[in-house]
Amino acid sequence: MDRTETKGVSRRALLKGTAAVGAAAVGSGVIGAPMIWAQNIKDVTLRQFGTGVSNLNEVAEKVKEDLGFTLQMTALDSDSVTQRAATQPKSFDIADIEYWICKKVWGAGNLQAMDVSRIENYDKIVGIFKSGKLTPESTIAQGTAPHSVGFVPEPGARAFADEQTNWMTLIPTIYNADTLGIRPDLIGRPINNWSELLNPEFKGKASILDISAIGIMDMAMVCESMGEIQYGDKGNMTQEEIDKTIAIFIEAKRAGQFRAFWKSFDESVNLMASGEVVIQSMWSPAITAVKSKGIPCVYQPLEEGYRSWGGGLGLSANLSGLELDAAYEYINWYLSGWVGGFLMRQGYYSAVPETSKLFMSENEWGYWFEGKEATEVITNPQGSPMAQVGEVRDGGSFEERMGRVACWNAVMDENKYMVRKWNEFIAA
Amino acid sequence: MSDTPMEAAPFAEKAPDAPVRVLSEGLASWLLVSPLAILLAIFLVIPISVIVTVSFWGYNEWDFYPDFTFENYEYLLTSAVTFDTYVKTFSYVLMAWAFTAAIGFAVAYFLAFHVRSTVWQVALFLVCTVPFWTSNIIRMISWIPFLGRNGLANEVLLQAGLIETPLEFLLFSDFAVVLAFVHLYTLFMVVPIFNSMMRIDRSLIEAARDNGASPFQILTNVILPLSKPGLMIGSIFVVTLVMGDFITVRFMSGSQSASVGRIIQNEIALLQYPAAAASAVVLLITVLIMIAVMLRLVDIRKEL
Repeated sequence: MDRTETKGVSRRALLKGTAAVGAAAVGSGVIGAPMIWAQNIKDVTLRQFGTGVSNLNEVAEKVKEDLGFTLQMTALDSDSVTQRAATQPKSFDIADIEYWICKKVWGAGNLQAMDVSRIENYDKIVGIFKSGKLTPESTIAQGTAPHSVGFVPEPGARAFADEQTNWMTLIPTIYNADTLGIRPDLIGRPINNWSELLNPEFKGKASILDISAIGIMDMAMVCESMGEIQYGDKGNMTQEEIDKTIAIFIEAKRAGQFRAFWKSFDESVNLMASGEVVIQSMWSPAITAVKSKGIPCVYQPLEEGYRSWGGGLGLSANLSGLELDAAYEYINWYLSGWVGGFLMRQGYYSAVPETSKLFMSENEWGYWFEGKEATEVITNPQGSPMAQVGEVRDGGSFEERMGRVACWNAVMDENKYMVRKWNEFIAA
Repeated sequence: MSDTPMEAAPFAEKAPDAPVRVLSEGLASWLLVSPLAILLAIFLVIPISVIVTVSFWGYNEWDFYPDFTFENYEYLLTSAVTFDTYVKTFSYVLMAWAFTAAIGFAVAYFLAFHVRSTVWQVALFLVCTVPFWTSNIIRMISWIPFLGRNGLANEVLLQAGLIETPLEFLLFSDFAVVLAFVHLYTLFMVVPIFNSMMRIDRSLIEAARDNGASPFQILTNVILPLSKPGLMIGSIFVVTLVMGDFITVRFMSGSQSASVGRIIQNEIALLQYPAAAASAVVLLITVLIMIAVMLRLVDIRKEL
C-alpha cells in the first residue's frame, strides 16, 4: 500500500516536471530568447504583493503555465502596500508598487536595484520611464516623474541617479493618465476643466479621494484650473501652496460641495453608480465597472491635462541565487507582451507597447492604443463588452493621452506637513 | 476565601477516601491569581508599555526610530485638528449614549415588567439578539443603499408625497453616523439594564403602589435608581465603543467626519506609528477618565 502510493506520487511529480519543462520550452519560443532552465526552478515560489490593479490571478496562472514556477499574489490598498514595502522586507520577493511609493520606501533599503543588461526588452520600454520624455520634444511633467526615481548609480545606493544607469529601481509595468469621472446623463452639458469639481452647480454631488498623496494633486489641478493658485511644482508644493489649496477645499467642504470622500476603488464605483455623486476623482477601471452596470460614465479628458501614475516591479533585497534568476525570468516574461496585452485590454498602458501589440487584435490595438473607432465590439479579458462598434476611447490615442500629462503622483518634501493639513481638511 | 471550605465540604464527604491536599493559604492565593495576572501582563501591560514607549519615538517617511521626543505630543495637544476631532467624537458619544440609553431602558422595562411569562421574556430577549447574528459591518453598510439619495427611504417618502426632493441629510451625515451607532450598540444597553431590572424585588413596587405612588413615581423613584448599575455598565460599553470607533464614522459620514479613531487609523496607514501611538495614549487616558467619572456616579460593585 505504502509502496504504490509513493510510486504514484513520484510518477505524478515526474509528469508535472516534464510538463513544466515543456511549458518553459514553449514560453521561451514565444519570447524568442534562449533560457537556461534549472530543473528545480519549478519548485521556486515568488511572493508578489501590490495594489489590486495588476495583482491579478490570471497573471499568476499564466506564469505557472509559461514559466513553471509559482507566483503568489497579494492585493492590498496603496497605504498598506507602502507599509509592507517599508516595514516587512521578509514578507515578499517582488513588490508591485507605484513610482511615488518607490520614492518613499527606497531609502528603507528593502529593495535591490536591477541589472538592466539582464532585461531583454529594455530598449523597447517607452521613453517616459527612461529619459522622462514620451517623444524627444515632450516636456517632463511635474511631480514624481517615473524616470526621476527609476535609476540608482550603483547597486546598494540609497539615492536616485539623475540619468539612466545600468541599475533600475523598478521595472515599469503599467501606467495610465487619470482625470475626473462624470455622469454625462446627470450633468447634461460638456465638462472641460478641472475647476468644475468645485462648481456650485454640483453642490452635494461631488467627491474626491481620501488618499492624501493623490488627493492633494487632484486638488492642485482644480485650484490651478480655477486660477486661484499658480504652483511652482504641483508635485512638490511649498507650505504656503499647501495652505492655500487646503483652505479652498475646506471652504468648499463647509459649503456642502462634497457628498462623500472615497478611499477604496469600490466606494468610488458605488458613489457614481448610485447617483450620489456626478463628478469625482476616479480611476480608469472604476469607470469601466460603472459602465459594465449599464450606467453611462465618462472618463472626461480636461483642458489642463491629466494626473498620471505608473507602477513597476521591484525586487526584494533578500532575493538571491535561483530565486533571483526566476525573478529576472518573470520580469522578462512580463515585458514580453502577454501581460501587456491583458492589461491594455482593461484600459491601462503597458511599458513595452510593441510586444503587447502581438497579443491584441487589430481592432483592440486600434481602440485602446491608437484611439480609433472600434470596428467590432470591444470586450475586456473577462469577456464583458466595454465598447460598441464605432465608439472611440475617452481621450483618444496613447500619444494624445500620455502626451498631456500635467503631473505625476508624487511625494513631496513637505509630506508630513501636507498630511497634517489633509487631516484638517477631513476634520473640518 | 472563607466560602471555599464550605463549598468543598460536601465534595469531601462524597469521596472520603480521596486524599485532601491542603495548600498553604499563601501559595493557593498566588496560584489563583497568577493565571489572570500573567494574561493581563502579556496581553495588556506589555502592549500598552510598548505603545507608550513608541509614542516618544521619532519617525520619517519609511521608518520610525528610538528617540525621546515630545514632538508627537506637542503637535497632538496643540493642534486644532485634535480639538475638533475630540469635540466631534464627544458629540457622537453624547448622542449615541442618549439614544441607546433611552431605547435600551424602554426595551428592558417592557421585557422585565410587561412581559409576565418567563418563556416569553427569554424568547423576546433572544429576538433582540438576532441582529447580532450578522457582522457589525454588514449591519452598518446595509444602511447605505437604504438611506441614499435614490434609496428606499427617499423613494417611499417621495411616493407618499411627504417630500418633494430627496432628503440629502439621511446619508453621509452626522445623522447617519448616530443612527448606525444606535442601531449597532443599543443591545449593549438592553442586556445589563434588563439584568438589573430582573433583580428588583417586586414587593418594593407593590409597597410603593400601596403607599400611593403613581406609576410614573414608581418608575422614577424605584425602578430607575435600582436599574442604575445596569445603565452604568451599558453606558461604559457604549461610551468606550463609540470613543474608539473609526469604521462606522468613515462609512456613514462618507469619510467627511473625523473621529479620534480615524485619525489614528490614518496615521498608521501613513506609517506614522509614533504619532499614532501618542494619539492612542491620549485617547486611552481620556477614556479612563471618563470611566472613572462614571464609576464615581454609581458604585457598581456595591449594587451588583
